[in-house]
Amino acid sequence: MSAKPVTRTTLKLLVTAVGMFVFAIFIMPPLYDVFCEITGIGGKTQGKYQAGQQVIDTERVVKVQFIATNNASMPWQFSPLEYEVRVNPGESTAVEFYAKNPTSRDMVAQAIPNISPTNAAEFFHKTECFCFNRQALKAGEEAKLGLVFIVDPDLPVGVNTITLSYTIFDVTERAAKELAQLD
Amino acid sequence: MAHGPAKGIGRWLFSTNHKDIGTMYLWFSFSMFLLGGFFAMVIRAELFQPGMQLIRPEFFNQMTTMHGLVMVFGAIMPSFVGLANWMIPLQIGAPDMALPRLNNLSFWILPFGFALLASTLFMEGGAPNFGWTFYAPLSTTYAPSTVNFFIFGVHIIGASSIMGSINIIATVLNMRAPGMTMMKLPLFVWTWLITAFLLVAVMPVLAGTVTMMLMDINFGTSFFDAAGGGDPVLFQHVFWFFGHPEVYIIILPAFGVVSAVIPTFSRKPLFGYSSMVYATSAIAFLSFIVWAHHMFTVGMPLAGELYFMYATMLIAVPTGVKVFNWITTMFRGSLTFETPMLYSIAFIILFTIGGFTGLMMAMAPVDIQYHDTYFIVSHFHYVMVAGAVFAMTAGIYYWLPKWTGKMYNETMGKAQFWLSFVGFNIAFFPQHFLGLAGMPRRYADYSLQFAEWNMVSSIGAFMYGAAQLFFLYNVIRTIVAGEPAPQEKTWEGAEGLEWTLSSPPPYHSFSTPPEVK
Repeated sequence: MSAKPVTRTTLKLLVTAVGMFVFAIFIMPPLYDVFCEITGIGGKTQGKYQAGQQVIDTERVVKVQFIATNNASMPWQFSPLEYEVRVNPGESTAVEFYAKNPTSRDMVAQAIPNISPTNAAEFFHKTECFCFNRQALKAGEEAKLGLVFIVDPDLPVGVNTITLSYTIFDVTERAAKELAQLD
Repeated sequence: MAHGPAKGIGRWLFSTNHKDIGTMYLWFSFSMFLLGGFFAMVIRAELFQPGMQLIRPEFFNQMTTMHGLVMVFGAIMPSFVGLANWMIPLQIGAPDMALPRLNNLSFWILPFGFALLASTLFMEGGAPNFGWTFYAPLSTTYAPSTVNFFIFGVHIIGASSIMGSINIIATVLNMRAPGMTMMKLPLFVWTWLITAFLLVAVMPVLAGTVTMMLMDINFGTSFFDAAGGGDPVLFQHVFWFFGHPEVYIIILPAFGVVSAVIPTFSRKPLFGYSSMVYATSAIAFLSFIVWAHHMFTVGMPLAGELYFMYATMLIAVPTGVKVFNWITTMFRGSLTFETPMLYSIAFIILFTIGGFTGLMMAMAPVDIQYHDTYFIVSHFHYVMVAGAVFAMTAGIYYWLPKWTGKMYNETMGKAQFWLSFVGFNIAFFPQHFLGLAGMPRRYADYSLQFAEWNMVSSIGAFMYGAAQLFFLYNVIRTIVAGEPAPQEKTWEGAEGLEWTLSSPPPYHSFSTPPEVK
């Protein structure tokens, strides 16, 4: 049955409307993440880095500074043990963060990193990071959380200081698995 | 089927007639305009002096939010849909809209949706208080319990817009009278056709945005929550991907009205018809690729800020084409200055001023200074009030004689125009100074150095508000006791199929298509 022109126009527009709705919910968020990953824009870092043979650039020194922030009403104590290290690009460096759960209940935290300047984000590689997993601490427990990183020798010229900022969030409510592992 | 309209309330509840539905949209939008205007009066009354005198800050935030939502979604957009319903079939020589029953549904869900939204004012937790742009996480993690009503209200209102736009496109593409080719369409029809495509494309994105909000709030997802791997900045991208085309959706039909009124009172055809069509299309296309100029302070890298800055500046070009074409239409025309013409000329001047401040804000480095100040508030009120609302008012004075068969009182119309014009400028011009001096927007209170201009602005706002009640009086007086409109064309210089019909036109018009040369 050949539909009337009005019906055909209406159907095409309806499909477009539904398509844009699907686009907004299921395509735009992943597109946003992929765009951030590819360009490094926004300072998001990648996942765990497999270190290959690293050539260390002994001529160049890069300052890496650390910031620790608590989100909203997250009550943990959270701070870097060293606020700044100087590294050579290509060299693997380990630093630690201090975390303490001062409350009377077991809690789970998620640390979210961010790098500044944003054009340094894709050149900052973490081989070990406490931000890859959620951190569970019992009531009153404290811990040292480790980070091992390498600054890529291809870091753009002119970037002499990189700031890595961690924000910890309280994810106790959605972290049943990690909470169970505490007991 | 040659009977007149049905009797009683059924005529309105079950109407499939584009004239009746247009009338309902217009009255509904006018009542929303008065409601949103009342919220504005509360805002300006509180801001009349520094310190908190009348309301608490929490309620102030509800007023600013509801003022924005009601004006954008309840007053401006439905009013132009009402104009579209009345005028498009008349101007293309069609008997009605393509989908008359869908038309009825599109209208009737609006009072329902807005009742839902307005009812939150009386609920525990209060109305939405996170700004009409409802950024996450303020609108998700920190929202009042009534936020779900806000979301459902937006879904309903959005659905109405989408259905209305489908109707408009289907009508214009398929139901033109023989001989009415696309490039003979009146500009009002062209601008609405293009607007309808924009609406079909971006209203669903707004629906997607509020749905993602709904899921974050109620179903444990993390679209906009960094703790779960999401990003609040994603909200801003998705929202403004809708939001920027939205402001062009608001203004394009206004351009169409001005393109009808100026030639009539210049007694000269519109200058540059095809360039007007192409300029409108260019504006619509460009509106999709500039959204992040609302986000210059969000931490975008340089490349992003540069791109969005240049793309935004580009929109000034086709807009300038339109402004020059309107002025050229008037040049060496035989001008008279009836009320619709006064509003249209004021539109050209004041919209251009708003456009200039828009160009200033497009410069990313200085926008860092303007962002979230009263400079922005002044800009968008110039383009939306002195722009869209003035154009709408011009359209109403222009076509009221056609719809009702009665003439409005010209002296009263002119007086109402001047009160509006003066009140508007006193209200909003000083807000440029406030913004440049550093007064932030959406603030219930302010530092003492902003006191003088705030008082001036509030006085202007009260004057403008009074002028709208004057407008209501003018419209009702015309309908009830106006002089009969001329049965020959109301306006000597008017062109278009609508002027070949009687005033008021028959309930069913163009049942046989007219001849279009």
